[in-house]
Amino acid sequence: MKTSVQQINNLTIGFQSQKGQQISILKNINTTINKGETVGIVGESGSGKSTLALAMMGYVKHGLFTISGECMFHSNNLLEMNNKELENIRGRKIAMIPQNAGQSLTPNLKIGYQIDEALKLHTDLKKTDRDNKISELLNKVRLPSPETMAQRYPHELSGGQQQRVAVAMALAGSPELLLLDEPTTGLDVTTQAHVLELLNLIAKDTGTSMVYVSHDLGAIAQVSDRVIVMYSGEIVLDGPVRSILKNPIHPYTFGLLKSIPKLTLPGLPNSMSGSQPQPGSIKEGCSFYDRCEFADKNCKINSPELEYINDLNTHVRCFRHKELINQNELNSQTVKSIENKILKNEILDLSNVSISYAKQKFIEQLINKIEDKNPTVKDIDININKGETLALVGESGSGKSTILKSIAGLLKTKDGIIKFEKDKELSSDLRKRDPKFLRAIQLIFQNPDESLNPNHTVEEIVAQPLKLYFGLKGHELKEKIINVLDKVRLGEFYITRYPRQLSGGEKQRVAVARAFAAKPDIILCDEVTSALDVSVQAAVLNLLQELKEDFGTTYIFVSHDLAVVRAISDRVAVLYQGRLCEIGPSKNVYKFPSHPYTEVLLGAVLEPDPDIKPKLVAEDIVEEKPPENGCSFQGRCPRILGDICKNEVPPWQTTENGNSIRCHIKIDDLKNQQTLN
Amino acid sequence: MFFLVIKRILLGLITLFIVSLITFVGVEVLPGDACTTYLERQAFGAALEACYERLGLNLPAYERYISWAIGVLQGDFGYSLSGEMKINEVLGPKVKNSMVLASASILIGIPVALLLGIITALWRDKLPDIIISTVTIFSMTIPEFISATLLILIVAIWLEWLPGIVIVPSEASISELLPNIILPVIAISMIMTAHMARMVRSSVIQVMASDYVQMAILKGVPYWKMVFKHVLPNALLPAINVVALTIAWLLGGVVVTEVVFNYPGLGRLVIESISNRDLPVVQALAIILASIYVSINLIADLMTLMLNPRLKSLQIKK
Repeated sequence: MKTSVQQINNLTIGFQSQKGQQISILKNINTTINKGETVGIVGESGSGKSTLALAMMGYVKHGLFTISGECMFHSNNLLEMNNKELENIRGRKIAMIPQNAGQSLTPNLKIGYQIDEALKLHTDLKKTDRDNKISELLNKVRLPSPETMAQRYPHELSGGQQQRVAVAMALAGSPELLLLDEPTTGLDVTTQAHVLELLNLIAKDTGTSMVYVSHDLGAIAQVSDRVIVMYSGEIVLDGPVRSILKNPIHPYTFGLLKSIPKLTLPGLPNSMSGSQPQPGSIKEGCSFYDRCEFADKNCKINSPELEYINDLNTHVRCFRHKELINQNELNSQTVKSIENKILKNEILDLSNVSISYAKQKFIEQLINKIEDKNPTVKDIDININKGETLALVGESGSGKSTILKSIAGLLKTKDGIIKFEKDKELSSDLRKRDPKFLRAIQLIFQNPDESLNPNHTVEEIVAQPLKLYFGLKGHELKEKIINVLDKVRLGEFYITRYPRQLSGGEKQRVAVARAFAAKPDIILCDEVTSALDVSVQAAVLNLLQELKEDFGTTYIFVSHDLAVVRAISDRVAVLYQGRLCEIGPSKNVYKFPSHPYTEVLLGAVLEPDPDIKPKLVAEDIVEEKPPENGCSFQGRCPRILGDICKNEVPPWQTTENGNSIRCHIKIDDLKNQQTLN
Repeated sequence: MFFLVIKRILLGLITLFIVSLITFVGVEVLPGDACTTYLERQAFGAALEACYERLGLNLPAYERYISWAIGVLQGDFGYSLSGEMKINEVLGPKVKNSMVLASASILIGIPVALLLGIITALWRDKLPDIIISTVTIFSMTIPEFISATLLILIVAIWLEWLPGIVIVPSEASISELLPNIILPVIAISMIMTAHMARMVRSSVIQVMASDYVQMAILKGVPYWKMVFKHVLPNALLPAINVVALTIAWLLGGVVVTEVVFNYPGLGRLVIESISNRDLPVVQALAIILASIYVSINLIADLMTLMLNPRLKSLQIKK
């Protein structure tokens, strides 16, 4: 018999609506966390997963309250404890690793103090012992030079380091249960893979139980023994990780897994229609009914209970799960492969482009020059053909968004020329650009919450480019707006809505509609799906692809998500620290990653499959600035040759597949080294 | 860091220079001048000439500005017209009196504001918050000339607890002043305190909702320790600048209140010298008030820099 650490019985948490109704956002949760077990809780935004995790610490956010049920930690109900009792459990018995470590560390206190605080509260150690313990903890989470690290303030660390500090702080009280709330969201792929590896090690070493909350099935697959899938405040599936991810017997999980783009399976994933219902909007029937492919009449009227399936050791909330048991469609998943008609004529050409964020000195402003020997982005040579989708990938700080901004004219270039349709030079200053070029290049931003004016209706938002570039008015304008919205599959009734009345996916559709309203030749997509849930992401990717096929638009697609890039792009350019490392057709770059950085990057990608482990080739050091001389990747390269990499800028080499890489190592040598691993 | 301090000080000096220019030019372009005001109906012929000669008004404007500015730099503001006294002698005691009034208001106002702000934030939407917030919003909306008059009516006339009008000479010592300043201090600090308390309240509430405070709670940090270590340092930092602005704004409040209470300070002097067209005194007052304003803001900026580890290390890196 396994000993349980925490048992949650019939937990319902909700809030009081303005009309005085009780609306629950967690409904009747029953589950047990066993000793030494790592449980992944997965769900899209609004599924209640974070609320559940916080409730496991006896914490209910301002405005929410417990309607019924209990959270039993050993034999005490956390939700009925007073502050004094909770203080003794929090940090000592149950510790939390927060979502955004950067915002969860108090800015005015040194790292060492914040860890010391946890030690003082939860151990009886003396000052000198505590100092040693701090170093020991910082060492355990593999932070360099613990003594100096303890003297730093949170803002002086990188995102990955902050997350490690949060882990060290949580471990200070040697808790029995660790709660992790999206601990790697917002980190770079390589950093994420390293943090997950660290968590796995800690789980193994200390035998701590962990609850890992995330929307990312890839991360969940790497760390969990058991997975709980949540939808609309309910547990819909609860079972061993392999059973959940390889043979999901709930239609939601099934659809979710299908909508994730995978490196092993190139092409656009299937999208799930609709979005999660608002809390309180479902009165009867299954909450997934509206979006379910398998639903029948029974599902509309009756709500399914969580049922235990003995063979699979899994709990499922679905009437029709039996039909899904032997659906092996997941493996033989049909994906739409993309085929773009790429014309031979060049539409955009960047030659020798360098961009600097250095502040101009007064004299430099006068002569309109920027003096910066080591600019953020340097020597970018890319040409793009009409109808092509070019992706720029790289970690944060790789300059991919910076390049987009310069193409759009939002950021001045330091050197180099950007040409449109071969012979028309684009001024890097927006004000000096011909309006017809402004129309030709449109930008879609990452976060539609910030890029759509909250005081404008959808009609006003989409009307802007139509009025500006085509001078449309009155009836004609309205007709065109409806037409454009129809293209992004938003009905006519959307035109009177404000952005806050739309879901995340709908907002991004409006942003897409606004870009397409200008009839652009090139659309710059800056992380357009990063803020969206996976099921919505697939829908937006499909939409972008269809529009492209209809209009022959050229995309420049920036993303940190390599699987998304694989799904949508024809060609990929890999950037590190603002310098190009590799450029070539996607299928070749992904099949045979020749540049060492591409290799590192692809190795760290997490697949939603517990049997595919990431390969960690390089250390995740964070470099603040690109090196002044030599190869940009010298600081982290696992295959560094020596002084030549430090002193000379590597030459371009072309592989037999048509990839161009910038590396000193001979292509054949690289190939041999890489196949050996 | 060092360069930044130097830069801020230089900017402050430039501001003062511009203020001095503007007041000088303003006084220049006004019709009439010191001599015509002083001599009134005798302002013609030889008497006027002699007056110009004596005050140096026959020199070109820029020369007068330079000699005046040099005087100011040496701490000499020249002569007042109405009393034909040295301005320094006129100003000295008044500056002292106003300083006593202002510092008393600040010394009482700031701690009270912090306390009220923190209480209302920590007991947000509960009874203490509702009561204090109602009172602060109420006192924020009443201008000080009304609250001052009401105070005189209630405390001085009806209850007869304290003198309603200050009847001491400008040269009175601080101990003589003290019983007289209680009512003016209350009138001045009411609005200021209310403003600051609201600021502190919203700042504390914002920090209480932050991820790092939630983290501290989940780490098991006891409530009051969390408040003092994690909340207040971060919440009060942005309040410093607002406090500085409020103090600077208080100068205006002092002027009005001094007139209502007949208090022998700078404020009354401003009103008197303007109505007497005693332009050199007006000029001197403008410079003094501007330098107080500039230096308070400078001090606030420097304090923020010192206390915020983020800004501190940013400057060192550069």
